[in-house]
Amino acid sequence: MAKQTFDIKNHLLVPKHTKVSDKEKKLILEKYSLSVFDLPLIKKNDPAIKDLDLKPGDVVKIVRKSATAGESIFYRSVINV
Amino acid sequence: MAEEEHVQEPVEAEVVPSEDDSGRISEPEPAVSKRIGSIQFSIFSPKMIKKMSAAKVVTPELYDKEGYPVDGGLMDIRLGVIDPGLKCKTCGSKLKECPGHFGYIELARPVIHIKFVNLVQNLLMSTCRSCGRVLIPENKINKARAELDAIEKEAGVEARRAHVSKIISSMKTVNKCPHCKAKQYKISLEKPTTFLENEKRINPIEVRVRLEKIPDEDVFLFGMNPKFIRPEWMVLTVMSIPPVTMRPSITLESGERSEDDLTHKLGDIVRINQRLFENINAGAPEIIIEDLWDLLQYHITTFFDNAVAQLPPARHRSGQPLKTITERIKSKEGRIRHNLAGKRTNFSARTVISPDPMISLNEVGVPKIIAMKLSVPERVNEWNITYLKKFVENGPDKYPGANYIIRPDGKKKKITDETKEASLEEIQPGYTVERHLLDGDIAIFNRQPSLHRMSMMCHRLKVLPGRTLRLNPAVCHPYNADFDGDEMNLHIPQTEEARTEAEILMEVQTQLISPRYGLSVIGCIQDAISGNYILTSKLEFSREEAFDLLYSAGITDFSKLSRKERISGREVFSALLPEDFNFTGHSKSKNEKGSDDVVITNGKLIEGVMDKNNLGEGSGLLLRNIHKKYGKEFAVKLIGNIFRLGIEVLLRYGFSTAISDTDLPSEAKEKIQDVLDTAERDVDGLIAQFRENKLETFPGKTQAETLELKILELLNKSRNRAGELVAEYANKNSHTMIMAVSGARGNLINLAQMAACVGQQALRGKRIEKGFYQRTLSCFKRGDLTPSAKGFISHGFKNGLTPSEFFFGAMTGRDSLMDTALRTPKSGYLYRRLANAMQDLKVEYDYTVRDASGKIVQFQYGEDGIDVSKSEKGTINVKRIIKSMM
Repeated sequence: MAKQTFDIKNHLLVPKHTKVSDKEKKLILEKYSLSVFDLPLIKKNDPAIKDLDLKPGDVVKIVRKSATAGESIFYRSVINV
Repeated sequence: MAEEEHVQEPVEAEVVPSEDDSGRISEPEPAVSKRIGSIQFSIFSPKMIKKMSAAKVVTPELYDKEGYPVDGGLMDIRLGVIDPGLKCKTCGSKLKECPGHFGYIELARPVIHIKFVNLVQNLLMSTCRSCGRVLIPENKINKARAELDAIEKEAGVEARRAHVSKIISSMKTVNKCPHCKAKQYKISLEKPTTFLENEKRINPIEVRVRLEKIPDEDVFLFGMNPKFIRPEWMVLTVMSIPPVTMRPSITLESGERSEDDLTHKLGDIVRINQRLFENINAGAPEIIIEDLWDLLQYHITTFFDNAVAQLPPARHRSGQPLKTITERIKSKEGRIRHNLAGKRTNFSARTVISPDPMISLNEVGVPKIIAMKLSVPERVNEWNITYLKKFVENGPDKYPGANYIIRPDGKKKKITDETKEASLEEIQPGYTVERHLLDGDIAIFNRQPSLHRMSMMCHRLKVLPGRTLRLNPAVCHPYNADFDGDEMNLHIPQTEEARTEAEILMEVQTQLISPRYGLSVIGCIQDAISGNYILTSKLEFSREEAFDLLYSAGITDFSKLSRKERISGREVFSALLPEDFNFTGHSKSKNEKGSDDVVITNGKLIEGVMDKNNLGEGSGLLLRNIHKKYGKEFAVKLIGNIFRLGIEVLLRYGFSTAISDTDLPSEAKEKIQDVLDTAERDVDGLIAQFRENKLETFPGKTQAETLELKILELLNKSRNRAGELVAEYANKNSHTMIMAVSGARGNLINLAQMAACVGQQALRGKRIEKGFYQRTLSCFKRGDLTPSAKGFISHGFKNGLTPSEFFFGAMTGRDSLMDTALRTPKSGYLYRRLANAMQDLKVEYDYTVRDASGKIVQFQYGEDGIDVSKSEKGTINVKRIIKSMM
């Protein structure tokens, strides 16, 4: 297979993934009264977050385009493969 | 499978003082309640099967000469009783009291349980053939276990088992046991139940021996607890016989007995088992024994599942397949979906529906015969006793009467001409009378498929003559009903609570605004739209006429009409609107000046016409705003009034459709012919270019494909042009035009198809290609690419089609018929899967959407947190809100 020559994070269908700081993470979990792994999950080696250098228990913030709200925010917590 | 219940601490029972017959309060009885703590599924061990058995079955005979169940037979009375008069030998109770008891048979040779073959195969392939250990080296087992545990947690125990073999194949230990170094051979399964090792058969005895060898700690690795599931139990040595109560025999009218399918199957099993025993004992040749063994395997397999892919299903003598255990449970007609999830109701009716615009939107017309069959229980007290006695007096045959009275002790008594007098005497407070249905009673009305909540709505009853259920045509839309033979169901709630709940949650007015798009699902249709369009666009009345019209539409308040001599249609329409109602919107049709504005100021229609955009179901904001400002009751009343007004206008105005509606002036005809002729010439030009290979191809397409696309585009254009010409020249005041313009029925394309040109017929998005070799019909030359040879219908319906054109029309007609017939069940199943997958999603108070376990699906409902049913078409109109607040 040919080597991947483009960065999928620049693709228009891949929403923006960013790491959430510990402080913010605490706030989010408090807001929804959840423990970390009750959030939707994302694998550590997911192509969209591969380069973010995350460890299990980290939370990723995803800003998606939405047909109804323009932009919508999702949180997912990182798990091992 | 056995279930083990761990009964927890009894939960604190609510102790309610109960009322006895005399109405005095007696001592509360302490209620005992228990809660299931957990359920453990497991496989029966042979020991357990024997232990829980009431009898050993040894003979295939069922009854002796006297018709008495044979001891040790399949109908042994130790297994339970199904005959009235007999007593169960195990528990001593009679028919209906005895729950039945299991028995067992000792199999002459072990047999593989069909439901576990895949698991057995997995176990055989993953363990050593000589020492029974898993084919994973000792030092790696712990790591494997952790990995498997993780997989089980995420994807379930099936995935765990599948992963065991994946681990083993990755460790290259498939050929040699890492524990005892024994060589391993390839295990395969010859479906359905034969195991092969190196293409040589291994019989169930050998399979069982190998499974026995697997040590307990390795069994854990496969996600099984050996305390409950030992692998060797998946090979049957004894078989459990279900109790007779599970397979009752039926006595036919002739006195003949007909046995249950399961009993038949068990008889086969016992018979073959017996023969196998005899042959083994007599020392018969191995081939005969093997044959019988296979036969036993077949019978036991089909006893559990008669739809195994590779086996011919066991059949009755009549040829119809037996329904054995799996078929009893599985699929739509199985126990779960048919009997448990699908209960049937009493107090319900079903017939053909027909329209009645004179009943109100939230009423349902019920035939008298139905109203006299169904009933509502009414409790007698000292205030209503005379009222209820009247019904009893009328009895069951005279409307309004009553069918039953219920004594305070719960005994039900039918009212007949003979018992009428006695019942009348007997009745006193505390009794209940089941009286006939009356106008105004609550009923739940439903049409299948019940796809959304508006498919079941609560209506007020109205008893009418005739034999059909009647509904107002305006509520057809939410039910998706029409009157071409549709049937609907009616349910009569029987308790005060049920009626209240239906009234508050399900009545038509509460369902007005669709939770899907936030607009009214109920509106005017067809005649009502035409009528209001005519009324508001062109009519003018004398005062008397206006009064008459409004009165017949059910309006009695004429104070809104002006004192003028002549009253315009708009003013008549405005008489329905509340005085302080303001609205601006757009209509579907444009007036001569090209404006589509609709303006209502202070309850007066100042500008514009009423058509589908404002009155129709699921469109426009007029109804939505009325609902918001004046509430649901008023909105429903208004829709009813507007509907009636529309119909009454049409009644007076006269409305029909005629062939002359499609007449065109000769000038238009010439123009249309010219358009079509030019199109044909242009297509000929394209074809000529194609033949000379001069056609410029589109990227990624061949020459022929490019030609097709170009022709299709050209023909479409000219058909549209013809349509425009028709719209331009056709008589704007013809009724066909009025219907199309107001959106009541049909559109301009339909009109153009009648008056000018039907257009291209397409199959699968292409011009018609089917039929003969290189041509569609035998009347064309091979390779003919002209429009007429490929399904272009250049005539209109009024002028008539040529035979070939007619045939092309029939082709697409049939195709679309098939398409709908095939699409309906497909989309039904799609919906079922969707509904099952999403049934426990719920919007929590913090606006997150979560499933039953609390996992988040959406962080904000619909990503924007808007409750669509409180919005206008999914958006909140902030401007309007601000304006109304000022």
